[in-house]
Amino acid sequence: MYSLRPLEPIGQAARIALGILFFVIFFALWAAVTFGGLVPKTFLADPVTMLKDGWELLTRFGFAGDIGITVWRVVGGFLLAAAVAVPLGILMGAYKPIEALLEPMVSFARYLPASAFVPLLILWAGIGEKQKLLVIFIGSVFQIILMVSVAVGNTRRDLVEAAYTLGSTNASVVRRVLIPANAPEIAEILRLVLGWAWTYVIVAELIGSSSGIGHMIIESQALLATGQIIFGIIVIGIIGLVSDFLFKMINRRFFAWRLA
Amino acid sequence: MSLPVQLRIDGVGRVFPSVSGRPPVTALQPTDLSVAKNDFITILGPSGCGKSTLLRIVAGLDRPSSGRVLLDGREITGPGPDRGMVFQSYTLFPWLTVAENIAFGLIERGVPERERGPIIAQFIAQVGLKGFENHLPKQLSGGMQQRTAIARALANNPEILLLDEPFGALDNQTRGLMQELLLGIWERERKTVIFVTHDIEEAVFMASRVIVMSARPGRIKADVPVDLGHPRHYTIKTSPEFSRLKAQLTEEIRAEAVLAATEH
Repeated sequence: MYSLRPLEPIGQAARIALGILFFVIFFALWAAVTFGGLVPKTFLADPVTMLKDGWELLTRFGFAGDIGITVWRVVGGFLLAAAVAVPLGILMGAYKPIEALLEPMVSFARYLPASAFVPLLILWAGIGEKQKLLVIFIGSVFQIILMVSVAVGNTRRDLVEAAYTLGSTNASVVRRVLIPANAPEIAEILRLVLGWAWTYVIVAELIGSSSGIGHMIIESQALLATGQIIFGIIVIGIIGLVSDFLFKMINRRFFAWRLA
Repeated sequence: MSLPVQLRIDGVGRVFPSVSGRPPVTALQPTDLSVAKNDFITILGPSGCGKSTLLRIVAGLDRPSSGRVLLDGREITGPGPDRGMVFQSYTLFPWLTVAENIAFGLIERGVPERERGPIIAQFIAQVGLKGFENHLPKQLSGGMQQRTAIARALANNPEILLLDEPFGALDNQTRGLMQELLLGIWERERKTVIFVTHDIEEAVFMASRVIVMSARPGRIKADVPVDLGHPRHYTIKTSPEFSRLKAQLTEEIRAEAVLAATEH
């Protein structure tokens, strides 16, 4: 008799099979409720229509361009945020007076919803690319600062002490211990926040935009094209999955010392 | 002792200030101790006797509440490469290989790359880690990690080597081998060494002088010379002279441990 034992690992093949199984069940249920007539076509397209709509979007309406512009916005805003936040986070984590100065502000700012800034940013920056990048920037920058600062602040104290007894100066403790010790953690934080950046970009594109995946979704709503909306959402999911996978692969390659 | 004093601990005490209403804790009563150049002393005591606190003050990682520490006549104000330290916890930098770990202090001192190579090779050979230069710490056993840590501290050519229960986390067999390795290095190089331990046998085997400390409050209780010759072979551990010293120190420590155990 097979029983589920807590924390018992499973084989690779079983893991993949179970992962695929979920999507099979998901699409089967979806097909059942749509083809079975349980849900009117106006509200939810069936999987086949969704795929057809998606194909049409890509071949006739230049959806690939929208995907490209959305990816560029996410990456652009995210890189800007990372460039500002990672050094600030390291400084905050390393130097307590800087932490005392900035922590209250950052803790407050991280709870400001990026989406609520969209109307304000449209006033300030118009509806061009600058506004989209700013939404992602505001959504990501405070999260990265705080998480990096916590990671750096939790650096193993004995490693820092060992460096001092080996002749490190304060600056070289930051450069040669705090930064390399936390580099894998920082990369993980960036991976996580990049995932969140995807939600901000869509919000930014839903309001006041003439291109991008979010824009396509809002246009499709007006046309009741639920197949297109679902296709757009799935595309976002797939891009997120791919970028996450790439990030993980790069981290594993750079930070082999962290893994077994 | 005829050798000149290298390290002078002068009335060094440490009181940890009160936390949330509790009274301040005296970790170390004002203590005097002189260490001769090239001597190997062990500081022996039960946990909580302030032996690690004393060592950390010498290292400059902790500040005394009173008194001062003089190394070659200069007052210690902070950590520095003149006092190499080996910790009980494994403190190799996990992102650096064995060779890179040993190079860490050399790079801080600005030793050019072509000079670093031979120094690293020399110390890797001394601690018996040839062939492991490019291994990461996590690929090494605990004993090998501590050997690398010793090599890393020695590569800096410190005036004095401080060891804080460096073999405390190792199994008994490895521990014995590590003691011989370190003693062998000391017999060749003759560096000043302060070695903190709670293991009586280790304290006697390694040292030419055992400082016994007592707890609550931490203070020096006895200063016992170990007149066993050098080079020391591990078989000395079964000699009558060794047993006599061990018995003597066991009595000193036992009284302490009993006191500490009945206190609560």
